[in-house]
Amino acid sequence: MVDRVLMCGNEALAEAAVIAGCDAYFGYPITPQNEITAYMSQRMPQESRVFVQSESELAAINMVYGASATGKRAMTSSSSPGISLMQEGISYLAGAELPAVVVNVMRGGPGLGNIAPSQGDYFQATRGGGHGDYRTIVLAPSSVQELVDVMPLAFDLADQYRMTVVVLADGILGQMMEPVMFQKKPGRKLPPKDWALTGAQDREQNIVRSLWLGEGVLEELNYKLQAKYEKIQKNEVLCEQHEIEDVDSTGSPQAEIIVVAYGIVARIVRSAVDKAREEGIKVGWIRPITLWPFPSEQISKAADEFRIFLTVEMNLGQMVEDVKLAVAGKAPVLFYGRPGGGIPTVEEILDKIRQLTIPENKQKLKKV
Amino acid sequence: MTEIQNMKTVFKRTPTFKDYPTHYCPGCGHGIAHRLIAEIIDELGIHGRTIGIAPVGCAVLAYNYLDVDMVEVAHGRAPAVATGMKRTNPDKIIFSYQGDGDLAAIGTAEIIHAAHRAEQITVIFINNAVFGMTGGQMAPTTVLKQVTATTQHGRDEHLEGYPLQVSELLAILPGAVYVERCALCGPAQISKAKKAVKHAFELQVDGARGLSLVELLSPCPTYWRMSPVKAMEWIEKEMTKTFPLGKLKG
Repeated sequence: MVDRVLMCGNEALAEAAVIAGCDAYFGYPITPQNEITAYMSQRMPQESRVFVQSESELAAINMVYGASATGKRAMTSSSSPGISLMQEGISYLAGAELPAVVVNVMRGGPGLGNIAPSQGDYFQATRGGGHGDYRTIVLAPSSVQELVDVMPLAFDLADQYRMTVVVLADGILGQMMEPVMFQKKPGRKLPPKDWALTGAQDREQNIVRSLWLGEGVLEELNYKLQAKYEKIQKNEVLCEQHEIEDVDSTGSPQAEIIVVAYGIVARIVRSAVDKAREEGIKVGWIRPITLWPFPSEQISKAADEFRIFLTVEMNLGQMVEDVKLAVAGKAPVLFYGRPGGGIPTVEEILDKIRQLTIPENKQKLKKV
Repeated sequence: MTEIQNMKTVFKRTPTFKDYPTHYCPGCGHGIAHRLIAEIIDELGIHGRTIGIAPVGCAVLAYNYLDVDMVEVAHGRAPAVATGMKRTNPDKIIFSYQGDGDLAAIGTAEIIHAAHRAEQITVIFINNAVFGMTGGQMAPTTVLKQVTATTQHGRDEHLEGYPLQVSELLAILPGAVYVERCALCGPAQISKAKKAVKHAFELQVDGARGLSLVELLSPCPTYWRMSPVKAMEWIEKEMTKTFPLGKLKG
């Protein structure tokens, strides 16, 4: 029997990282994720592990780079403006093929923005973020329990594929308290870190690098990275969907409208969908858990039946581009979002869903 | 063969110094600094537990010459990377090798804070008063009146500021246990430089609670537009006026 404890998202994910075998945490204070740094400063020394409060986010990500290069499990966390500063290091981690876990508890932007929750960093997280042709795996939990559950997966994926895994949360998830259970489950079988810098004792020197000047060498590295990314797209997609596959007694789909949302917004969407279904509206939802790799196949399949897609985000339209790419013109894709710390309410989303059931609106969309 | 049988080996390449064709310009100081580090690693018997950090700059390929585990890092970030390595591997000997653009310009925050946190690492700081790899632009350590690609009329303190004396800055921090400035110009100075670099490594081996740094004034004949011999003389006559040699701390 595992006890349930009431914890805020930031502390819960930190504890989950400790349980997942994180050897070192490096971080710089920024709201709304300061509970992670404070928790780690106390918890890591208790386990005889490393905690360093760095002088900047640049330094933090490079400390992660150093620890990771020696084969240790290392992580950092920050919020949007700090994650921008880390992009240099994340690009180098990609080039050098080093594992790392980076938690982004998103806040409103651009610039200094505010400290309210946001999903404004979707593009940055799912497109690599820094310079060069690379990707990071992006996990987007929607509850404190799921934050806890994705942390060991984040470390395993990072080690398995030798790349950065971003855990994309937001100010609500970081701050809200929910009951959680911590369970240590067996992890994945991982390849040995024979590339790690451990001292060239009785072996050839190991070199961790991202500079490849020889003709065609960098091109080859990029093809190698791409092959890895394709494998991830094939094997690591996670998403949750409801009322998408089922048909009613007449054989028509249970859902004529599909709402797509991730993270905390998916929780709000779920309430709106439940209410809409009580009103008799045929609506279902898809919640991507991995934002990269994106569940394009699942969405594409759902679009084979004519349906209306509504994407809801805490920004002015970022993931909706991936939904459109997946739907590929087979169905209309609409968007509702609020930026800069605005949070879409159940009523607002319900209202959008209701509008899509008005026959003349439906007709207009069919023509499009 | 008979002659060879009667001969005695009096000098040979130290094992940690790889037999690899140099990419450095004639008269460059990097080769000398690399060899000193390799000799010291072998003399201290720490080859199997040393990890080196190569900078962005001409010495980015240092791992081609030094036969130890090495990592390439972003410009200026070596002290942060070294922090991550040493904190998670206290039994390893971690050194960073950084030029003046790397350490004194873009990486000023990282070196100051690594020293300020008393990180137990060794830093070899190559000061050649110029950005070498990018084509001889002004460095923070460019001396007054020195002509570079971006100070074509000579460095003017009113326009481009004064030369930055990073070692002096670091020496005042309690977390820096040893700071010395030497020069790679002539056998006597190089011999002193070797002693200093060796001491900097020894401190880490002995578990000294802080950062050790040796600044090496190093010739860049290509971008000083001088012959290698003149470059050595320029270090001794001109550069040491701005960057006086000697122990600053420890």
